[in-house]
Amino acid sequence: MNEVNQTVLSGITINHYLVLSIILFCIGVTGIIIRKNLIVLIMCIELMLNAVNLLLVAFSRYYGDANGQLFVFFIMAVAAAEVAVGLAILIVAYQHARTTNVDVFNNLKW
Amino acid sequence: MIAASFYIISFIAIVSALLVIFLKNPMYNVILLVVTFFCIACHYLLLGATFLAVSHVIVYAGAIMVLLLYTLMMLNLNRSDEPARIPRNVVIGTVIAGILGMILFSTIVHIDSKQIDISTNGQIGGVKNLGKFMLKEYLFPFEAVSILLLAAMAGAVMLGKTKDPNQTIETFPTDINPSEPNK
Repeated sequence: MNEVNQTVLSGITINHYLVLSIILFCIGVTGIIIRKNLIVLIMCIELMLNAVNLLLVAFSRYYGDANGQLFVFFIMAVAAAEVAVGLAILIVAYQHARTTNVDVFNNLKW
Repeated sequence: MIAASFYIISFIAIVSALLVIFLKNPMYNVILLVVTFFCIACHYLLLGATFLAVSHVIVYAGAIMVLLLYTLMMLNLNRSDEPARIPRNVVIGTVIAGILGMILFSTIVHIDSKQIDISTNGQIGGVKNLGKFMLKEYLFPFEAVSILLLAAMAGAVMLGKTKDPNQTIETFPTDINPSEPNK
């Protein structure tokens, strides 16, 4: 088991995972800014959450500490709850306005 | 040779993530996000986090994305309903994300890029080790998460049901004015 994993990750440093996570996170931020569809915005939030999760797992492996992986597990559970409530809110908003365009929901805009 | 799989999986993940935000059809966005999540699960496997890889496929690629796809199909959204994209916003968004990325990159350039030490902790991501951790040190958060999921389920049901018991799903008004408040 150990030998197998040693060959798998030879040459991959923690910086590789840092760069990958930063790129995925920035793609998520770009999506939040440029998209107007509520469902796609939820998807972009999920993408950003997953970039952070990947980094937590990488550092958990880097330091040999299982706490990071448990954090990822709890983040997954919270994300599932978040998506369930978020989609219910989206359905209610869609019944109200017949659209998922975020520009329509501007009542709280200053 | 096997380290090349890191680059291949990362490349697929980044390309599909880019397509998620730049393709116009929401259906394609959801399916490409599933591809991204599978790539992230493969990364977990490469890192030896087998339990997280399995639960990531089940929870994210399985449950959450199917829920999103189901909602998308139920609302019958397609490309014609996609709001028009303003080119100015695309430029501004890309620039802001690029600045954020440069700030984040500037924080990591000073880190010594040590190789991930696999030899000392090969079994850390297994079910046995994580289960011991979860049910000993993290017992209270584990129970709190179950209550959170119950509350989320109750909240989703409460939000989803209509206020008027006589009103059913077929009374979706087709000519409602968005500015008109709900009665």
